[in-house]
Amino acid sequence: MEVAKRSKKRRYLTKGQLVLLGMTLPSILLITVFCYLPMSGWIYSFFDYRIGYKLSNSEFVGLANFRYAFGDTYVLKVIGNTLIISFLGMLNLPIACAIAILLSEVRFSKFRRAVQTVITLPNFISWVIVYSIAFALFSTDGLITSLIASITGQAPTATLLSNPATAKLFMVGLNIWKSAGYSSIIFFASITGIDPELYDAAKVDGAGRWHQIKFITVPSLLPTLMVLAIIQVGFILNNGFEQFYCFVNPVIRDQIEVLDYYVYRLGMLQNDVPLSTAVSMCKTFVSVVLVFSVNKLAKKINGQSVI
Amino acid sequence: MTKKKISGREMLFQICMIILFVVLFIICFYPFYYIFIASISNPQSVTSTSIRFLPIQPTLSNFRKVLELNGIWRSFIVSLARTVIGTMVTLLFTSMLAFTLTQKELPCRKFFYRFAVVSMYINAGLIPWYLTMRSLHLKDSFLVYILPTALSAYCLVLVKTYIESIPTALEESARIDGAGYFSIYWKIILPVCMPILAAVIVFTAVGQWNSWTDNLLLVDDNNLRTLQLTLLEYLNRANNIASQARTGGAVVDGSNITPFTLRMTITMVVTLPILIVYPFMQKYFIKGIMIGAVKG
Repeated sequence: MEVAKRSKKRRYLTKGQLVLLGMTLPSILLITVFCYLPMSGWIYSFFDYRIGYKLSNSEFVGLANFRYAFGDTYVLKVIGNTLIISFLGMLNLPIACAIAILLSEVRFSKFRRAVQTVITLPNFISWVIVYSIAFALFSTDGLITSLIASITGQAPTATLLSNPATAKLFMVGLNIWKSAGYSSIIFFASITGIDPELYDAAKVDGAGRWHQIKFITVPSLLPTLMVLAIIQVGFILNNGFEQFYCFVNPVIRDQIEVLDYYVYRLGMLQNDVPLSTAVSMCKTFVSVVLVFSVNKLAKKINGQSVI
Repeated sequence: MTKKKISGREMLFQICMIILFVVLFIICFYPFYYIFIASISNPQSVTSTSIRFLPIQPTLSNFRKVLELNGIWRSFIVSLARTVIGTMVTLLFTSMLAFTLTQKELPCRKFFYRFAVVSMYINAGLIPWYLTMRSLHLKDSFLVYILPTALSAYCLVLVKTYIESIPTALEESARIDGAGYFSIYWKIILPVCMPILAAVIVFTAVGQWNSWTDNLLLVDDNNLRTLQLTLLEYLNRANNIASQARTGGAVVDGSNITPFTLRMTITMVVTLPILIVYPFMQKYFIKGIMIGAVKG
């Protein structure tokens, strides 16, 4: 056994191994170039770099950009916006869960399927289209704005698109509209997976619908809910860029500016490459730590690793 | 559920649920219906508030005018090309890597797998990414739509999980017959994996069609503009375009197109491909989510 192992080690790669490597390495190269290579750009965060100049001519400033990022009150506000919007966005999960539980109690299977089809649809359109629709419905002369005005009998002072007081909630609401139906599919699957004998036994014992939901369905869905919630915590700093790029305007910017949009504005519009890079770096670092610790937690709860 | 007789309380519950879900249905469906009826209404007799349930003087001329607008067709072709080519490239690389990662003979198998999966969580940040793409000469290149997404770690996990669930006897008998790894992948694994590959196709194609950040950041060339970004630009300056269409040669029959109708019609043009293929793709992405939900 030992001899065989040693002689195998000494031998060159077999033909099979070569073929496998030949099939593997192009993909690995792609990952290296498009995912890991950009990390080399992190070096800019330590220099006073301007676009168009050479890095070698830029002054090394150490951690000055990081210190600035953490001391700046506006950055703190952006982090606050990010966290608030992300946490409110987690309402997505209980809503999706409730949709799945209640819809699976409806008796008409065609109706069930139609509802399921339609509530999943918004997930598949881009934020540009959501923006276009929202613009048509919620702007000053939009359908819903005028509907609300005719119900309340007074012209609204600000539309939802440019009302700083409700801007965060509006963003969260749109996000839930877009994704809750899609998230509910996972819960539907879990419900189908519940052993029907449990329900039969409960019925024999005289449990009504409410008790069946409370003591069978909800406990069966809890692990799934926990794992999904944990995953969302891992991605708490990522709100996405596209939604905020579309909906941002000067009136509500300081209410809905999140990290993903902020690094864009800093880097691409204000050309402050070092500061933008420094903020991205911190964001990635925190995200990775969160994802891996959250993965440990999920393992404990579910006995299964998320990653 | 098997009970034939419905009690009064049950009836009440069912009615409440149906009302609830009809409301939900409307919330999710009406916006699409609204852009549809707005896009086929006569622009002269419609405003954003006058139209609610039915189109007003239905006409297809809005679509004709929008398609005559400068750049719409070209953008449509670009978006279609990136969707088709990008999806095929992603499918090839992702499934091939998923296959080799299940082969015990592959050296450093564990390392390659970790290397790929960790990439899901690593994000260098927008600016470092932008600068890297620029230094790779991908700025203003069609390849920037294809290569960065050519390997999807999420889909990799989906396909690998699926391949692991296939009985190994299939591969072993092929190997006894003298088949090499590539022909096993090409002739056995790919056909068997069709259900999960269909899910990968759905996820990737929708992602490609809806993608525009890469266009915004890295492609200034008008010939390579995607439909999504074109829509966004038209949305932000619809008033100017409508006046151009009124005074320019685009208007043939004398009926003008308003900014509102213009916005709605372009939105419909961008949404329509998704709406058309959506019913067919539904069962595939559900399968993908199921496998994804189990394995993360």
